Amino acid sequence: MMNTFQFDTASLLLALPEIFLLSAIVVVLLLDLFLTKRFKQVTYYLTQASLLITGVLSYNLIGHPETVIFSNSFVLDDMASVFKVFMMGFSMVAMVYSRHYLTQHSLFRGEYFILVLLSILGMMVMVSGYSLLTLYLGLEILSLSLYTLIAIARKRSGAIEAALKYFVLGAIASGLLLYGMSMIYGISGSLNISDISAFASDANLGARETLIINFGLVFLVIGIAFKLGAVPFHMWVPDVYQGSPTSVTMFISTVPKIAAVAMLVRILVDGLGAMHAYWADLFMVLAVLSIALGSVVALMQTNIKRMLAYSTISHVGFIMLGFVTGVVSGYGAAVFYVFVYILISLAAFGIIILLNKEGFEADQISDFKGLSKHSPWFALMMLAVMLSMAGVPPFIGFYSKFFILQQVISAGFITLAVVAVVFAVISAYYYLQIIKSMYFEDADKDITISAPMDIQLVLSINAILILVVGIFPDFWMKLALSLF
Amino acid sequence: MLENYLPIMVFIFLGIAFGVGPMLIGYLLGPNKPDKEKNSQFECGFPPFDDSRMYFNVRYYLVAILFILFDLEVAFVFPWAVVQSDLGWFGFISMSIFLFLLVVGFIFEWKNGALEWE
Repeated sequence: MMNTFQFDTASLLLALPEIFLLSAIVVVLLLDLFLTKRFKQVTYYLTQASLLITGVLSYNLIGHPETVIFSNSFVLDDMASVFKVFMMGFSMVAMVYSRHYLTQHSLFRGEYFILVLLSILGMMVMVSGYSLLTLYLGLEILSLSLYTLIAIARKRSGAIEAALKYFVLGAIASGLLLYGMSMIYGISGSLNISDISAFASDANLGARETLIINFGLVFLVIGIAFKLGAVPFHMWVPDVYQGSPTSVTMFISTVPKIAAVAMLVRILVDGLGAMHAYWADLFMVLAVLSIALGSVVALMQTNIKRMLAYSTISHVGFIMLGFVTGVVSGYGAAVFYVFVYILISLAAFGIIILLNKEGFEADQISDFKGLSKHSPWFALMMLAVMLSMAGVPPFIGFYSKFFILQQVISAGFITLAVVAVVFAVISAYYYLQIIKSMYFEDADKDITISAPMDIQLVLSINAILILVVGIFPDFWMKLALSLF
Repeated sequence: MLENYLPIMVFIFLGIAFGVGPMLIGYLLGPNKPDKEKNSQFECGFPPFDDSRMYFNVRYYLVAILFILFDLEVAFVFPWAVVQSDLGWFGFISMSIFLFLLVVGFIFEWKNGALEWE
């Protein structure tokens, strides 16, 4: 009895990034309490340092052979480590942009950074989750932090509405996910991903077992689709994106997508890969609906955050298309798409935040009018971002769509590819509309960019990366493929 | 497989019957002669002088939420204490980490003034 409960130091070392981040959260939280107003920036710098160190620790674990620790509930493989490194990098960029927004709108509080760190910890648990319970635990840490993060602007009624809506719909989604998990557990007798995989790929699986697995599978897919924001489970996305403070919108729409995709891979690919024929059908419907609705409804938006919300929905459709293919290269293309989408999305929100001034919330498409005259450099960047989102070569957004469509076609779904391309062309209209406002319309108000150097610098690098990775997409693509 | 769940179904039906049954029997068999006095609220023999749905201080709500948080930790501590002799140092250290994180939360709420009444 005694021997089963021992601390295994070797396995603790494999969870070092998580352990470090948790300790860092505790330190930052306690320190922030005792900092006077003059030194509040220290919280920000400590947050960045914690993210950096966590990223380095995860980076050092890349190449470690796949190991399952903590009573078969936590896995360390290359996918987990690479995802964590990307999560840390993207979060650091998001925090640089956030700080400017928070100081402009007097929302700068230590709790903001603590909640971001906590949600990242949740995402790390999700990425490494190897049992349904761990995955769910990570998801809840992530979601609860995000609900609170939105409500941090508690004086804005829009933010409160967004937080409440997100909370209620998120709770429903968690409930559906849990119900699906209980079905899978009930029939397979295990919460562990590899046990479930062994059970589902058993050749002698009876008709009744298959039926119950499928029953649970539908709920799992619905839960995941809710979290990704795929049509018809997208209702929360536009309202939450519009109501949240822009920096929170940026965070919600970017980094958690990695965790959601990781959960999808763990449950559906690693766990229920044998059931691919069943869930791929569901994904096909979700993907086509997402691409269609996201592209068409975005045409009518005047609020840029709402427009980007619908654009996210259509991007999610493309990500799901990658999983329809059912081949490793398709999954790799989907992961590549996620990374690319986050890179572009961060730059888009970064430029929106750049236009914010004290007491002025830039969230209308008309706020971009005449940007090219006042700041040709950032107008050029927005041009790169929008062309990339629309999928114009040589920007990276072209390659991400190209790889997905290539895989979809080689898997034999020609119709799907045609539908996706048609709607991608339709969606180009609203991306080009922003470019038109920037270059061919005159400003109806005074635009001055008063952002500090750090955000301008990071934003420039971010936008240049969109072009550079677009010209040399090989490295990222190979990296994404090597994860499966 | 499914027959394993039969006792649960029996239990559910028995539970519903046990709750609903007596009320139903009382409603059907009991004499029912309402008047004004019988239908008014009973307040220790006094005539009612206030609406029971009154405003109360929002601080009670905050205290209640914080109480729930720290009350629930006991739900983990009790089963842990029962098997602690089997868990050894592993259990002790795990529980120490858990309680330490709670203490951090406690310091946070204290320092933020959530425990101040005025």
